[in-house]
Amino acid sequence: MDILRIATAGSVDDGKSTLIGRLLYETNSITKDKIEALESASKRKGLNFLDLSLLTDGLIAEREQGITIDVAHIYFSTPTRKYIIADTPGHIEYTRNMVTGASNAKVSLILVDARQGIVEQTARHLSIASLLRIPKVIICVNKMDLVQYQESKFNEIQDKLSELVRKTTFKGQTVSYLPISSLFGQNITKQADEMPWFTGNTLLQELETFEFAETLAQAPARFPVQFVVRPMTEAYHDYRGYAGKISSGTFKVGDEIRVLPTGQTSTIATIEKFENSLDQAIAGESIVMTLSNDIDISRGNSIVLASETNVPSLKDFSAHVCWLDHQALSAGKTYLLQHGIHTTKAKITQITERLDVTQQTSTTEVGQLNLNEIGKISLRTAQAISADIYAENPSNGSFILIDEFSNSTVGVGFVD
Amino acid sequence: MSAIHDKIGQFPRELEDESIYIMREVAAQFDRPALLFSGGKDSITLVRLAQKAFFPGKIPFPLVHIDTGHNFPETIEFRDWLAKETGAELIVRYVQDSIDQGKAKEESGKYASRNVLQTVTLLDTIEEFKFDACIGGARRDEEKARAKERIFSVRDDFGQWDAKRQRPELFDMLNGRISVGENVRVFPISNWTELDVWNYIKEEKMEIPSIYFAHQRQVIQRDGMLWADSEHLNKEADEIPFETTVRFRTVGDMTCTAAVSSTAVDIDVIIEEILSAEISERGARIDDKRSEAAMEKRKQQGYF
Repeated sequence: MDILRIATAGSVDDGKSTLIGRLLYETNSITKDKIEALESASKRKGLNFLDLSLLTDGLIAEREQGITIDVAHIYFSTPTRKYIIADTPGHIEYTRNMVTGASNAKVSLILVDARQGIVEQTARHLSIASLLRIPKVIICVNKMDLVQYQESKFNEIQDKLSELVRKTTFKGQTVSYLPISSLFGQNITKQADEMPWFTGNTLLQELETFEFAETLAQAPARFPVQFVVRPMTEAYHDYRGYAGKISSGTFKVGDEIRVLPTGQTSTIATIEKFENSLDQAIAGESIVMTLSNDIDISRGNSIVLASETNVPSLKDFSAHVCWLDHQALSAGKTYLLQHGIHTTKAKITQITERLDVTQQTSTTEVGQLNLNEIGKISLRTAQAISADIYAENPSNGSFILIDEFSNSTVGVGFVD
Repeated sequence: MSAIHDKIGQFPRELEDESIYIMREVAAQFDRPALLFSGGKDSITLVRLAQKAFFPGKIPFPLVHIDTGHNFPETIEFRDWLAKETGAELIVRYVQDSIDQGKAKEESGKYASRNVLQTVTLLDTIEEFKFDACIGGARRDEEKARAKERIFSVRDDFGQWDAKRQRPELFDMLNGRISVGENVRVFPISNWTELDVWNYIKEEKMEIPSIYFAHQRQVIQRDGMLWADSEHLNKEADEIPFETTVRFRTVGDMTCTAAVSSTAVDIDVIIEEILSAEISERGARIDDKRSEAAMEKRKQQGYF
């Protein structure tokens, strides 16, 4: 059974919480006591139907403001898959949460209000989905009930959306368009009887049939060493295992490897998962690797295949960043850069561009980047990092920037 | 076979890989981590994951149990057995001591429990051992306030959680940097659901305390739920204990965990019960029913 991670995005009022509530409700993921609580809460609000949005609008502050303010994780499963939804706010001030929630997603679910069509946020979400290299985007044109389920209305919006998608999409991304009504459960898990003109998949079918082919397993092999296991017990006197999670590619017992940044080489003696020995392991697996000879490896080093001669080792490079902090990013400042599990100091040498993700344009000669802004920077690190170009190998191409004084995570970067 | 049965025994292995990765990050990033052990199935799962993460080495941090004095005896017995079995160091601190020292006040009335009081003892224990990271078994699917919790959740000097000041967590990069006085609560099974935990226990053939399985017990009926009778429960005159066959779906204190009527004696039946259950897991937690925002309020005050 695999896991499909979905990021939802939408403006404040386009019914995202209702959509998620509807998905949970129709996949029987809500227990009876929760439905009862929902019934009484809906009644208190004077509604004569179930307000499914109450299922996900959790925190006290949100109940006061009536909007979602942080990333919430929601779980459901079908016999095919386990689903994790990162429900992220579409409110402009919280773009950082949207990037955060989308960072692990394979599917981006974007909502558009059928009455309003494309708004600034729609373009923003599409751009972010592409910046993060999310392979599948599902655009739900919601509230079709409020436009009398008209096909012409949907077509009109879809035409405009496709135009926008042409500007943002990348090779390998698929985008689909669905007319839905979250409030009345049209086209969520069941065909829409109100929209016989639409013959495409329901939302759930789109999710169930999406194959995110194991491109990760075929990507270049990268194994960052997280922890050195040295039991020093009688039974394991000289044992030295390198523990970590393979970030991309495949490693096999017998493979010749090289350690970065030291350049030492060796051969994989064993690949272990607890008491089991494996012949090979792929991206995403947490393993312990032992090598045929004793070399000096510590946390933060990276193991790659020796056959790969041009593994990047970066000290001066450029990247796109999304700024996440109230205190702006300014050129000349030093931060801690964390790439995977490896942390080193980094100086921002230049901010070269600021992107306007809603207009798909950019400005140059930028002094600083503010909260929620996306731009292009040049930086120099104290130690080299073995990162790939994000667009080519996303799982080894991102990093975070940490403020040395507040310890906060203040930015996220994507290596160009 | 119904759709329900297709979900049995389907544990997504990716979850284990992710949790082991988090365990190793804790050991690498912190000086004095600890695993908060309650004796429930979630913390037993954590111990299993920690065991796997550092094998063939030992678990490099202690198991810490905040003993309310209202635990099920079966839980305590199991705790001691597990510590021995894994060779992990076990630290126990008692809520009773906090009460005796005047730091916590016993609740009164028929709903009296020590659930809230354990926060006092926990914070004192963190201070005593200077723990900088405490691993807990909370899951995001349990409760609305938990759904927004980070994997590395920074708490201030008073152990408080501030939903608006959480650090963004991107990809799988975990930032555990803290200032003096702060500590981090770590939730390695954040992305697991109750069903995932049970399927994992089944696949791994893990031992769990006997009270998770159906057994005969003296209970009383209160507010439509079955409460285990014990010396700690303040009963009213008309609450007469009777014996019936029950099991526990979640294990907390005897005074705040309700039993469910069940004849499930093996794990397959338990999983079937969960899949068809009409009540959610925390629906059997009397502590959450106090108000709609009960959990969020407790978390702001330092509850894990």
